[in-house]
Amino acid sequence: MQRQNFDNKAYKEYVHNIMPRTNHLKTLIMAFVVGGIICIIGQIIHDVIRALFPYLERDAVNSYVTLIMIFLGSFLTAIGVYDDIGKFAGAGSIVPITGFANSVTSPAIEYKSEGVIYGIESKMFVVAGPIIVTGIVCSVIVGIIYLIIGG
Amino acid sequence: MRIGRHTFEYQNRPEVIETSAIAGPQEMDGPFKNYFKYYLTDDTFGQDTFEKAEREMMVFVIKNVLEKSKLNSADVDVFIGGDLLNQIISTSYAIRQFSIPYLGIYSACATYVEAMLIAAAMVDSGFRKNAICCTSSHFSSAERQYRFPLELGTMRTPGSQWTVSGSGACLISKSKEKKYPYLKYATIGRVVDYGIEDTNNMGAAMAPACADTIYHHFKETGLTLSDYDKIVTGDLGILGSNILIDLLAEKGYDIGGMHMDCGAEIYTHKPRLHQGGSGAAASALVFNCFLFDKLLKGEYRRILFVATGALLSPTATFQGDSIPGIAHSVAIHAPNY
Repeated sequence: MQRQNFDNKAYKEYVHNIMPRTNHLKTLIMAFVVGGIICIIGQIIHDVIRALFPYLERDAVNSYVTLIMIFLGSFLTAIGVYDDIGKFAGAGSIVPITGFANSVTSPAIEYKSEGVIYGIESKMFVVAGPIIVTGIVCSVIVGIIYLIIGG
Repeated sequence: MRIGRHTFEYQNRPEVIETSAIAGPQEMDGPFKNYFKYYLTDDTFGQDTFEKAEREMMVFVIKNVLEKSKLNSADVDVFIGGDLLNQIISTSYAIRQFSIPYLGIYSACATYVEAMLIAAAMVDSGFRKNAICCTSSHFSSAERQYRFPLELGTMRTPGSQWTVSGSGACLISKSKEKKYPYLKYATIGRVVDYGIEDTNNMGAAMAPACADTIYHHFKETGLTLSDYDKIVTGDLGILGSNILIDLLAEKGYDIGGMHMDCGAEIYTHKPRLHQGGSGAAASALVFNCFLFDKLLKGEYRRILFVATGALLSPTATFQGDSIPGIAHSVAIHAPNY
């Protein structure tokens, strides 16, 4: 098989054509359904807290909901369920806050074997780190724009 | 004896005397379950980390192959092996308790055939008497090295393969009775890279290298496809196998009916694993348990055993480089053929 007979571009094109495709309709529906269920759970928790503690401020209620959802995401990760949900739900379970909890908890579990400092603490944000950095950078940019336009 | 730039012929019948393999729990559920004698019920193998589990599997097969062939570690002149982890730690750490002269090699998933090729050359020439070849891979340790944490909820793409958990070892030597399968030809592959960058499509990255090695084997030896009962590839997976068949058809070799891929076969019971198995252990498990048995009984007379490797590293991938492929082959004949 000499290079001149079968160049890279032609090969890549050929591979691209025979590659099995992701069934987008199926994955979109699954992501919608699972993402929706997670949001409904969040809403239920929200409404229950409001009903039980009517004197709480709106922001405080939202914070409690976030805390509980993060706990649930981490808990399901720790007992090995969240990755099974992610296998078919895709973005449906990655995008909500529970997915963010999963992305922090899973490397913490994975690298526990290298000890607390070199393992858990230094590897905890390998997946979530880029999201946090991007979020902070974007918020700074938006803040500056807001300062100029809105200030 | 040199036959061509890639291929040489063994003169003195180096034989595969004994093999041993241990399979992971998932492999044990598959189509080869009747051939696997030893398996893990728990993929940690009683160890506290997956890296140590992989190492223990290697220790197990080394001990087992010594026991089965009634040898002490002092009778073995060379141990050749490798695995997928950085600095091939599984192999180097597993062998430290045996005090056998050791050569650590790396060709990713083609390591097992590379080890056999070198070991047989040493035995053939008389430089070494008894040589052990060994390799291993473990889904959980490979996943951490090449991809994401295990518990991260991500979707696997349809082109992806699943790393086989297991380890295999074989003893290569010469026997008086000449009743064991022996190595006849070896073809050393070269690195072929057609620019595939998708790490979830390693079959496509390795298939050109595999086709290149098989093509050179036939061109240099002058043999034809009818000289073999099977052409067995390592871990191309289903998609990679189809590409290989296409690439070789272009060269005038129609291997469709006689081709078998260890990776594609090992998980036929689990279609959700997409393209099948990969990993250094895929070819070692299937050869040691299934093909060796078939050769010993003479059900297969001659096979061309081609293991394929994707020589990528996460660092190179993140730096935007494509995946170089490699394939080495050995022709193994049944005792009477």
